[in-house]
Amino acid sequence: MKGSTESPEVDMMPGQDLLPAAGSQKVVIEATHGLASLKLGLVWEYRELLYFMVWRDIKVRYKQTFLGILWVLLQPLVSIIVFSVLFGYLLAVPSGDVPYPIFLYSALLPWTYFSTSLTRSTTGVVNSSHLITKVYFPRLVIPISGVLSGFIDFAIAFVILIGLMLVYQINPTPNIVFLPGFILLAMLTALAFGLWLSALNVRFRDVNYMLPFLVQVWMYLTPVVYGSNLIPEPYRFLLALNPMTGVVAGFRWALLGDYLADAAPPDELFPISMAITLVVLISGIVFFRTTERTFADII
Amino acid sequence: MNDIAIRVENLSKLYYIGAKQDQPDNLREWLTGRFRRNKHDARDEALWALKDVSFKVKRGEVVGVIGRNGAGKSTLLKILSRITEPTGGRVEMDGRVGSLLEVGTGFHPELTGRENIFYSGAILGMRRAEIDRRFDEILDFSGVEKFIDTPFKRYSSGMKVRLGFAVAAHLEPEILLIDEVLAVGDATFQRKCLTKMNDISRENRTILFVSHNLAAIKNLCPSSILLEGGAIETEGDSNGVIASYMTLVSPAKDGWNDIPPDINRFGTGILRTEYFTLRNQRGESVDTIESGEDVLFCFGYTSNTTQTLKNVDAGFWVDNEYGETLFAQYSSYMGQKLRVSDVRGEFQCLITDLPLSPGRYLVHPRIHVFGELADGLLQPAGAFQVEFGDFYGTGSKGFFSDNPLVNFMVKGDWGVGNM
Repeated sequence: MKGSTESPEVDMMPGQDLLPAAGSQKVVIEATHGLASLKLGLVWEYRELLYFMVWRDIKVRYKQTFLGILWVLLQPLVSIIVFSVLFGYLLAVPSGDVPYPIFLYSALLPWTYFSTSLTRSTTGVVNSSHLITKVYFPRLVIPISGVLSGFIDFAIAFVILIGLMLVYQINPTPNIVFLPGFILLAMLTALAFGLWLSALNVRFRDVNYMLPFLVQVWMYLTPVVYGSNLIPEPYRFLLALNPMTGVVAGFRWALLGDYLADAAPPDELFPISMAITLVVLISGIVFFRTTERTFADII
Repeated sequence: MNDIAIRVENLSKLYYIGAKQDQPDNLREWLTGRFRRNKHDARDEALWALKDVSFKVKRGEVVGVIGRNGAGKSTLLKILSRITEPTGGRVEMDGRVGSLLEVGTGFHPELTGRENIFYSGAILGMRRAEIDRRFDEILDFSGVEKFIDTPFKRYSSGMKVRLGFAVAAHLEPEILLIDEVLAVGDATFQRKCLTKMNDISRENRTILFVSHNLAAIKNLCPSSILLEGGAIETEGDSNGVIASYMTLVSPAKDGWNDIPPDINRFGTGILRTEYFTLRNQRGESVDTIESGEDVLFCFGYTSNTTQTLKNVDAGFWVDNEYGETLFAQYSSYMGQKLRVSDVRGEFQCLITDLPLSPGRYLVHPRIHVFGELADGLLQPAGAFQVEFGDFYGTGSKGFFSDNPLVNFMVKGDWGVGNM
């Protein structure tokens, strides 16, 4: 700028840089219009931040709690007891050839992972408003970390499943190799909806109020406490419109396939579930990246 | 390598004030809003927080950005830090950019100091290896070693600031954007921060420094930019830019100053300051005074009661042009309780041997009645000039006369003694 001190000596010595060129990068800021591109490489660049966010979430979650990590075990145990008494015993929901508790938990486990991940990624952006207004980083890191940090809880809660399988003497079937695939699908589904909801939440705090209700209703629309065969055949395709049906039914099939005559392997409805997740995910990223431009202004 | 580190061209940012305030926070409002013709209806007032701002900063240059509240300083910094997008224009920055818009960004109360150094460092853009390498240095600078494994929420506010600044000070970007962070912490720590910033600026890094602290700007930044109403008012040598800023913020003239009735003021209003002037020994209103002269600081008042007010405490403080307060003087300091029985009058305070060095000074009056603030102004009531005078009574100027770092003078009596 004008009137400043004399220019640095770099002018006199062409070719000799004052700073190492290695760390140099050019930043260009311009107004962007229309739909944003995915630019997922940016998230990869910030993978260390992603790691630290997940790490912080996990560290903070059980600090200053008396039971600490035990909460991760306590919640599903209580749910198993309540649901088993209510649906398995009193309402006698058919669970095929396996005891109701394990029938329930094989679906409740991925469902719990999904619902907590969805909740965390949805509320994450608004809860990080202090960061969003003060420092730059790809905002996508927030919902992604919300989905990843629930994974530890999932892993711990998985111990209960192993316990139940031992108690009821159920051996894992070979289908279990597909389990990681279904976990990934649950993760992507949570992220897909989390992206839409978290971006909407910045503008409409209604989402905060709607969320617990949504999660509750969604659970009953997903074959968690019941099996999909409880729904009359002509309407069963409606379940496939719910991408979590594919995840939950797939989980059950991968774990209990051989014991459960009617735990059907993923059928022609499964691709529909997957396609819906994919569409919501990609549109969610575009929507999120498009609206994130104004996050700092309206949050 | 290009020798321009920051190039800003026609940068603009438009806010809709209405939209910001009546932001449809719930779905119903938004849905009903859809039926109105425009996205931004008549309620929304367009505000250009920045309009066509262009400037360049050379590599290694330290540039101050000053301006009144709402002039667009923070918006500029937010755009450069990529927190918000511009409405138009373009910015090019050549190098790794780090921004520091507050102290302690990303600190989490539940994490320990140690954990926070890593977490906050990552948020501010440090690599993990970099934090590992500089951890001891950061810890040392912060001076909170003893509490490093204590949860951050148990820290005193001073410790929080120190640790926050320690992390920030060890960022290693080539371009550093800083906002007002020095406005926090105690004086010692502020000095430490300024020293550190001074060191950073010597490392040939490019710094854009937004601050209200004119003294800091003057000391750290050879050149500055003055923003006013979203546009660049002046740019160039910091002393000149600060001078234009001062005429902008305090239109206070030298000499006689009537205080406009619509000025921003607070207090009970039982007494109001009406005007300010300096008077010389002959009682004449003057705008310039010499160092070492006896001078009357006079504040005209009106009372809105016909009752006699006892226990009135009138006072004022004097700032230099860089916003540094040099001294304050209240009648209560002198053990004097004033009685006001007239509806109109003048508070007069005699200062003998005025110890101020040549320069321009601003006067801020205050009136308290029975310990309660009756009148205070949000801006100076007036200004005056001090010229060289025979303060020491010896004709000596001292060597400070044109050294702006010496703010005022004291008399001394010298001798040589033996111990």
